[in-house]
Amino acid sequence: MSDTTHAEAPLSTTAERQAVTSQAGVTPSRDWVIVTRGIKREYDMGGEIVRALRGVDVAIRRNEYVAIMGPSGSGKSTLMNIVGCLDTPTDGEYWLNGTLVSSMKDDELARIRNKEIGFVFQTFNLLPRATALHNVELPLVYAGMSAKQRRETAAYALERVQLTSRMHHKPNELSGGQRQRVAIARALVNNPSILLADEPTGNLDSTTSSEIMKVFEELAEQGQTVIMVTHEADIAAHARRVVALHDGQVSSDTRRERFVNDNSHIIEAKKG
Amino acid sequence: MLFFESIRLALNTIRAQKLKSFFTLLGVCIGVMFLIAVVSIVEGMGRYMEQDLIGKLIGVNSFELRHRPNINMGDVDPSVWESYRRRPRLYHDDVAPVVEALPADTRWAVVSDNNLPVSSRYSGGPRNAQISAIEGDFFAIRKFVVAEGREFTPQELEMGTPVVIIGPDIEKRLFPGLNPIGRELRMGGLPYTVVGVLETQGSAFGLSFDNQVFAPWQAPVHRLLNRVPTIVDAIIVQVPSASQMTEAQERVRQVMRTRHKLRPGQPDNFSLQTSESALEFWNKLKRYLVLAGIALPAIGLVVGAIVIMNIMLVAVAERTREIGIRKALGARRVDILSQFLVESATLSTVGAAVGIALGVGMAEVIAALTPLPASVAPWSVVVGVGLGAGVGIISGVYPASRASLLDPIAALRQE
Repeated sequence: MSDTTHAEAPLSTTAERQAVTSQAGVTPSRDWVIVTRGIKREYDMGGEIVRALRGVDVAIRRNEYVAIMGPSGSGKSTLMNIVGCLDTPTDGEYWLNGTLVSSMKDDELARIRNKEIGFVFQTFNLLPRATALHNVELPLVYAGMSAKQRRETAAYALERVQLTSRMHHKPNELSGGQRQRVAIARALVNNPSILLADEPTGNLDSTTSSEIMKVFEELAEQGQTVIMVTHEADIAAHARRVVALHDGQVSSDTRRERFVNDNSHIIEAKKG
Repeated sequence: MLFFESIRLALNTIRAQKLKSFFTLLGVCIGVMFLIAVVSIVEGMGRYMEQDLIGKLIGVNSFELRHRPNINMGDVDPSVWESYRRRPRLYHDDVAPVVEALPADTRWAVVSDNNLPVSSRYSGGPRNAQISAIEGDFFAIRKFVVAEGREFTPQELEMGTPVVIIGPDIEKRLFPGLNPIGRELRMGGLPYTVVGVLETQGSAFGLSFDNQVFAPWQAPVHRLLNRVPTIVDAIIVQVPSASQMTEAQERVRQVMRTRHKLRPGQPDNFSLQTSESALEFWNKLKRYLVLAGIALPAIGLVVGAIVIMNIMLVAVAERTREIGIRKALGARRVDILSQFLVESATLSTVGAAVGIALGVGMAEVIAALTPLPASVAPWSVVVGVGLGAGVGIISGVYPASRASLLDPIAALRQE
């Protein structure tokens, strides 16, 4: 992990963000992991044009822990797919780590996904027939790492999520929380620039959810850039910054001064 | 690394779904099995033809002067038959001039043969056997070995003494449980004394070589073998080495052309038959058989390819989510493509391997149960494995390319 201190990592300010998102065509400085400028995504649904994103400007600095929120249909999944390099925007720029990825071809995007992005999905998306270790090794396979090195790296990633003892179990022999931790280990194994979590607690009970959220918090504290897509406010409340989407546009971008560790406190605060 | 992983995955699939895999691989399996079996039999027959059958019928470094070839495999045109029929026969008077024209170290023999009933007082009714009247070094040229008794003496050959050497079948039938040497055998109403019994020559295509009786050419029986008693069926010539074959044949040809008063330009009206000329037709037939041995399994392979393609399409559909996951984690198109190609090639190669094993087994069974010999050709095994992998790759191309073109987002969404 990076060796800078993170608890006090600087949150980007609104002014800084506006500055970086407005300079079309200019490569953002290395501080900015993600910069989108006027991203649009349109789908042709049998002749009818659906505008999922209508010009989204988002800038995320290294080490930020950001939640993207919004009701279903707000375009947050589309934004996540673009940020995760699974999809490309119809229009606009997307800079990931100083590289313009919005105009890349499929195979280049695959390489970027492999190196820069760690996905954590709601439904875990583990290969059912492979062991936990093998699942974690998978990104390294596509990175072209040797078998021996792969094993070691994957074992270390599983150690980080405290699953060393379940290394040789298959997903159906693991609990939901354990599966999600395997998925997190897999997302981390390539040291990605961003950890991209899509409703990571959506399929988990509340106890397991807070367990998993704790893992994300720890990772964020260690300096991992985390982007979490969710529609649950109490999950989003764990993040230090919440970007809310509505009708394919950013409706609000709020930062929290305090790093919230205490889930119940937030819920109380909201009630009050 | 991804390569071995794909192979492992394919083998796991086969292990997990045995029945489905069995049906998947059946086509390739049967195709390769027949390829191996047919080629084995063709090879075995070829070896048999070249080494045993023709060798026994004609002998090494030897040729036979006949009025027409007696080994005619395959179609002979009716007009050719007609010209054969009009050819003059060979007569015993031809023997001396032919032998004189040959170098001193050349072996020669004269033979006439026909099927006639033979009988003895030790068994029931007469039995048909191939009767040959011989002169010269017949046994030496044909490598016939007298197992019991003795060969003919030069005096017996010259005088036409009524003595015979018989094959083991005749011994068994006409002298059951008896030592035939010195006993009497009757042909054409005359008695002959058995002086020798030949070693067994075995059989080809169910036809025994042991049902034979040999007598000196001058013995009375030669009168029964041909319409005109002085006709000889063949004059056999054996030269010491292969290099002398052409020269010897040329000399015999000149003598016979003179004796038959042929003008230059007129074709020969006799035949010089070598083991090669006898094998000519076999070689032609062999080409067709090998072609058939490849064409018939090809049908099985095409069916196999279609089945594998279908199974791979199902596999791609079933594993859409897996493909989505792999793509999200950084698999490029070529990674997905090669994964499924290797998988279908592995499937198909396993089918081919099973087919090779079954084909070898089938060849062995056929060799054991029928007179057809079989010998597995190493090249057919290589071709079998190659075909297996090839069929797998070809039938995997479409499903694999479909898999590689899947949109990761849609693939991940699939349940």
